[in-house]
Amino acid sequence: MKLPDLTELALRNLRESLLRNSLTTIGISVGVASLVAMLSLGIGLQQLASRRLMKSGLFDTVVVTSRRDLRNFGREEERSGPPPAESRILDEPTRQEIERLPNVLEAYPDIRFITELRYEDKPHLTMVAALPASAKTSDAFETVQGHFFSSDAAPEAVLQKAFAEELLGKMPKPGLDETNVSELAAPLLGKDLTMRYAQREAAQSGSSTQANDNDNHDDKKTAAADQSPAGAAYSVVSREQKLKIVGIADLDPESMRGPTRARVFLPLKLAESLHVMQPTDLREISRAPTGQPLYSSVSVRVKNPSQVQKVEDAIKKMGFNTFSILDASRSIQQFFKVLDVFLGIFGSLALAVAFIGIVNTLVMAILERRREIGIMKAIGASDGDIKKLFFAEAGAMGILGGIVGVALGWAIGQVINLGTNVYLKRQSFPPEHFWSVPWWLIAFAMVFSFLVSLVAGLYPAGRAAQLDPVQALRYE
Amino acid sequence: MSSEARLPLSDPPAIRAEHLCRHYRMGETLIRAVDGVTLEVPAGEFVALLGSSGSGKSSVLNLIAGLDRPTSGSVIVHDRNLALLSREELARYRLHTVGMVFQSFNLIASMTLAENVELPMRFAEVDRGQRDNLAREALARVGLQARMNHRPSELSGGEQQRAALARALINRPQLLLADEPTGNLDSHTGTEIMNMVREINQQLGMTVVMVTHERALAERYAQRLIFLADGKLVGDESSSAVAAHAEAERIRP
Repeated sequence: MKLPDLTELALRNLRESLLRNSLTTIGISVGVASLVAMLSLGIGLQQLASRRLMKSGLFDTVVVTSRRDLRNFGREEERSGPPPAESRILDEPTRQEIERLPNVLEAYPDIRFITELRYEDKPHLTMVAALPASAKTSDAFETVQGHFFSSDAAPEAVLQKAFAEELLGKMPKPGLDETNVSELAAPLLGKDLTMRYAQREAAQSGSSTQANDNDNHDDKKTAAADQSPAGAAYSVVSREQKLKIVGIADLDPESMRGPTRARVFLPLKLAESLHVMQPTDLREISRAPTGQPLYSSVSVRVKNPSQVQKVEDAIKKMGFNTFSILDASRSIQQFFKVLDVFLGIFGSLALAVAFIGIVNTLVMAILERRREIGIMKAIGASDGDIKKLFFAEAGAMGILGGIVGVALGWAIGQVINLGTNVYLKRQSFPPEHFWSVPWWLIAFAMVFSFLVSLVAGLYPAGRAAQLDPVQALRYE
Repeated sequence: MSSEARLPLSDPPAIRAEHLCRHYRMGETLIRAVDGVTLEVPAGEFVALLGSSGSGKSSVLNLIAGLDRPTSGSVIVHDRNLALLSREELARYRLHTVGMVFQSFNLIASMTLAENVELPMRFAEVDRGQRDNLAREALARVGLQARMNHRPSELSGGEQQRAALARALINRPQLLLADEPTGNLDSHTGTEIMNMVREINQQLGMTVVMVTHERALAERYAQRLIFLADGKLVGDESSSAVAAHAEAERIRP
């Protein structure tokens, strides 16, 4: 029998026992809907998580340190390569070299120091970090009160919430993190801060005192080093810089990438121009009379998280240590895969019930249409014709159920999306789209529903085809 | 007159059964529904299979129709031994070589008459465009053109049997098999149907095998009566109407 005839007869038969077949089809729809709902929830959550993580900059960042930085030495994967003393130093030309690597968006030095800031003549000691202009788009500064730096060299500062509380003399309640950032912002925005810091200045050779860490005192102490055979030397001068508070950031200082634990942020170009004394200056003093700034670490932003590994390898080949949390991301991806499988299994359970429903409906149809099958055989239908007819009925229910099911699953997703966003809005969170029904899922669900139905039709169709026409015709 | 004597040697018989047996088990007992039947039916003959219920007449008809397979022996229809055909080949044989009518009409209740008549053409994969016309013509020939779009339940028994006849003939079979075709009809409509069957036999020269238990009906329409009892052939004679029909046959080119 030809396909159009088959389809026509199958649809006619489905219409004949409309109620039963509709119920079966609804069963398939519910199964498909639950599968679509579960999988789109999984996919949506995964997309939401990776969107968040991408924004946070955690997954597209490689931190580069010199092998000479012995703090990292001894980690298993970094034992290869030249010994630390012969490794390259991390300075401005190197940074530019890294920035020229393929797939690298930018490479910026991590400038971080502890220093004293004065606000209304009261000194506060804290960690200061420099931020590149690209940090503006990162998630951490998305909710900043006020605004981000007006330019990359502006004498401006963004404060971390806890530091803002400290400036206002408020004691943060331990364990509670409920301070409203906007309350803090009002009295602080536009005010000036005075930062005192130790500036490294190229010095005339000769003056030699003691090397000094820059991280604790504001003494007007001049430190210079004069151990280099080339006679390189510099002095450390205490300076002041006025900063305007332009923003208060509501971020957890422990969760940040580059400027970990920093509570005051400066624009990168400004921080670079200050030539603040860095711990590495002392470490490298004996061998780097280049006049170029040295960096303790450089953060590299990669175009796409998937290219992190390649960039890391390239930088390692240059002779530096690298670190990224790619491995962490791998385990997260794995987690989502497992989650998808679980959600898929739960979704499929409903479809499995629908599967039994199809088998049941078709077996009932055989009993009911026993005589009809006998007649068809008597007038010349082959086993194949009968089998195909039952398959076509199962397939038609599968396709119909698939279409209705996808629509239903999509609708459920929309409703839940809407509901959650209403809830999120009440909790004054931004709305999220964590329900995603990609095209491939729709296609997959329909094909899957069709195939499941065909498999369900296998047994009934075989049974119908094997029916003995003589007995079937005798059956009243 | 023996069947052999009436058969011209050059013309092979339409149906030849040799030691045909159909046995089956029902619990402990072996039922010999057909038990060693040998017979020949020449092409164009109208044969009635007579016997009481359980005599095996319907079983013989089912074996000739290819609906059932012999336990032993053979049925050869137009040079094809049905016992040797595959299920698929047997289905094709039923589709193209045999037309069947039943006591209970066996029209498909969910289909209109036109659809019922069209159904064998669907299985035969006849072109869609042709099918409509052929079905309409076939129904017109049995006088049902006005009821084409009615369902069987809306029709009388006689009308249903006429539609069944139209369906049986739609693929131009060589054999018309009828199982008690008038069993569910009153005598008037029964006569009407039987006249149609005789017309088909005489005008189209189609071989007809009819199962019935009414001797009078068989005498009136069939050329030859074959009697069965307990699965065995117990009689084979020309009907009283045979002389007239033999005459008619002889003068036909």
